[in-house]
Amino acid sequence: MFHDRDLTPELVEWKDTIRQVAVDSGLDFFEVLFEMVDYDEMNMIAAYGGFPVRYPHWRWGMQFEELQKQYSYGMAKIYELVINNDPCYAYLMRCNPLVDQKLVMSHVYGHSDFFKNNAWFGKTDRKMVDTISNHAVRINRYIDEHGKDVVEQFIDVCLSVENLIDIHSPYFSQKENVTEEQRAKERQEAQGTRIPTRSYMEDFINPPDVIEQEKQEILNKIEQTERFPQDPQKDVLLFLLHHGRLQSWQRDVLSIVRDEAYYFAPQGMTKIMNEGWASFWHSRIMTGGILDASELIDYADHHAGTMGGGSGKLNPYKLGIELFRDIERRWNTGQYGSEWESCEDVHGRNDWDLGHNKGLEKIYSVRSTHNDITFIDEFMTEDFAVRQNLYTYKFDRSQSQYVMESRDFRDVKNRLLDQLANSGRPQIEVTDGNYGNRGELLLEHHWTGTPLKMDYARRTLENLEKLWGRPVHLKTQIENKVKILGYNGSRHEERNES
Amino acid sequence: MRKIDPDANRFRKIVRGKIRENLKQYVSQGELIARQGKKSVSVPLPQIDLPNFRFGQTDQGGVGQGEGDEGDPLGAEQAEPGPEAGDQPGEHVLEVDVNLEELAEILGEELELPNIEPRGSSSILVEKDKYTGITRNGPESLRHFRRTFKQALRRQISSGSYSKENPVVTPHREDRRYRSWNTSKVPQSNAVILYMMDVSGSMGNEQKEIVRIESFWLDTWLRSQYENLETRYIIHDAKAKVVDAHTFFHIRESGGTKISSAYNLARDLIQKEFSPEEWNIYLFHFSDGDNWGGDDTTHCLDLLNNELLPAVNVFCYGQVKSAYGSGQFIKDLRQAYQEHEKVLLSEINSRDEILPSIKTFLGKGH
Repeated sequence: MFHDRDLTPELVEWKDTIRQVAVDSGLDFFEVLFEMVDYDEMNMIAAYGGFPVRYPHWRWGMQFEELQKQYSYGMAKIYELVINNDPCYAYLMRCNPLVDQKLVMSHVYGHSDFFKNNAWFGKTDRKMVDTISNHAVRINRYIDEHGKDVVEQFIDVCLSVENLIDIHSPYFSQKENVTEEQRAKERQEAQGTRIPTRSYMEDFINPPDVIEQEKQEILNKIEQTERFPQDPQKDVLLFLLHHGRLQSWQRDVLSIVRDEAYYFAPQGMTKIMNEGWASFWHSRIMTGGILDASELIDYADHHAGTMGGGSGKLNPYKLGIELFRDIERRWNTGQYGSEWESCEDVHGRNDWDLGHNKGLEKIYSVRSTHNDITFIDEFMTEDFAVRQNLYTYKFDRSQSQYVMESRDFRDVKNRLLDQLANSGRPQIEVTDGNYGNRGELLLEHHWTGTPLKMDYARRTLENLEKLWGRPVHLKTQIENKVKILGYNGSRHEERNES
Repeated sequence: MRKIDPDANRFRKIVRGKIRENLKQYVSQGELIARQGKKSVSVPLPQIDLPNFRFGQTDQGGVGQGEGDEGDPLGAEQAEPGPEAGDQPGEHVLEVDVNLEELAEILGEELELPNIEPRGSSSILVEKDKYTGITRNGPESLRHFRRTFKQALRRQISSGSYSKENPVVTPHREDRRYRSWNTSKVPQSNAVILYMMDVSGSMGNEQKEIVRIESFWLDTWLRSQYENLETRYIIHDAKAKVVDAHTFFHIRESGGTKISSAYNLARDLIQKEFSPEEWNIYLFHFSDGDNWGGDDTTHCLDLLNNELLPAVNVFCYGQVKSAYGSGQFIKDLRQAYQEHEKVLLSEINSRDEILPSIKTFLGKGH
């Protein structure tokens, strides 16, 4: 698939036109290959996370059924689907009218530019289409060797902890941990005492299980000698890869799951920016000459559909595009810097225009360097929050429903940032890989005030135990008390911190 | 075949496994009944998603956008705003649509129910139309393009007007061919279930709920076994009458119990509407086992022996335990029909005994 597929000549022409407009606007993107698909294929590809081939797993089937159901009930329809890859792959739905196809193409060029230039995507695999199909090949091989059920169950185990990665780790080189390496070497060299003998006597003189047992004893000793990891390790998956008691195929499956998790992580960190940026550009490109007058109503309808939160939802597309527009306006008029900040005259502020015209330049630089958290933190101003009618809400137990809580700017911003922190997931790190000096694993939940969902946490611990091979523990808080949960392969326990 | 089909099948298989695993719970809680659509049931499957470390508090709130004042309630649609916002209070549980046939299959597998060999099935024939033929006349919507062009080509070649250099084939009016149907007779198996329930004062809500749950599963299974399944509902205290399903499950009467009244009505119904030659007839009777007196019970046994049992596939009596019932009736039946192959008796003391009871009723494959 190195060309557009199934595109009508008309669409090929439009693609070239839109591409040229995008280039002229300064967008710098990976070339985009469009493929025309019907809704069945679209749902299938979407279920695969945008890729044409994935390893066999039931959850794709589950997502597919969900999408098919939603589509057939008319509840949801996938408009655009684009993958971060060089070249970028994007899909167009066959049944869409021309105006939608043009909108989607313009939108996709925005995404492609974002993938290529945003720093958080800088370390992602740009040949992921190939990599992911390699993953499928590898996993299929393990299925042939070990059986479908065994491999699938192990994948389930890995997926259960796939979010325990350190989304920042690709940006600094791992500290050279000499002792770590030495120990790895010792571990590799560890073996039982072997008495030289003739090969046909080998199994009798040196029974493999005894050798193995001895080797394990040495390994245990090595593990007990030192405390590790030396610093808390956020990349729990990497730690498990290095130190978990896994067979080699299991290690490989775990590394596949980890690679894919790292590939998808930046998309979670930049949802608001990425969609905002793509929407900003589809809007600008479409209304900048691509749109035919007869298509205006349909375009406006669909654009509003994507931007609409309906009934007060906070829509990442909407928040993103408005924030980019606001930045562009502020830097065009010079509404930034200390002079602007210190101006308290209402009229002065309203008419403030220094004619800087640096808006476009600024948003281009913002799209390169920020992620959602820093984007909101730096550019969401009080004016903006007021103009956009933002508020926080909470669940009111007495009324059994959600009610508006506050329109205070600081509340809104803090709540938003809280939700975005660590992509809305609890931060969990390895603090001790030799807990209790018994080679057990201790994880710590970095406490931010929100408790974990306990039944899930216990089931996740069960899976962690399978990866670690020894009892695992999690330090967290339950009802304001520090507790250590444990699972030893057959039983759960819960105790206070000693 | 689509690429994703193996994954989708795998998923269905896991779903089936989970339902089977938890069948007892689904049955005793009766929650599937409320989720029944026309052809499928939406089954909640809490444990199918992959566990991970996540925040437990579902009411942490979030950020929204729009008009309104502090303290205003948000509409129902706003329940899930924000990037990682709180869900509905309670939990969003994965629900999977399972069609009734599949559910019946799962029930059958779990209880090891034999397939039913329909009685007298070959004697009942129904006409079915199938589009297997071709005619020269018909509506344009049924035009068979390939045949039409083939015919035109054949005509052109035989008349010499076809040339290889310019291979244009133009069908004329007389070349047109249309699809048409042939009527064939296929055997059909009909079945009718006659549910009878004691609604006298001693049958409480819990008893009726048990009957309701049990009849849902009986229905589901029998429906999967017959192409055409009818149901009739009879309630009785001292008198019996035919009612619709809703009334059957919700009515609450008081007064004494005369079981023979129901059996009389069942007999009349069978005579009038469901001739035993054409129908497989299933009689289910649920009661707490309290009858008016020995006389009526004798009358019941007469009716069963002489009129009902010869006509039906099977007569099933389920006795639900109630605080007031003496539970005598099942003992009388037991005495009268110790090993009668058409009479199946079961006592249902609690919801947990629904599943074994179904097994008793359907386990023989009549």
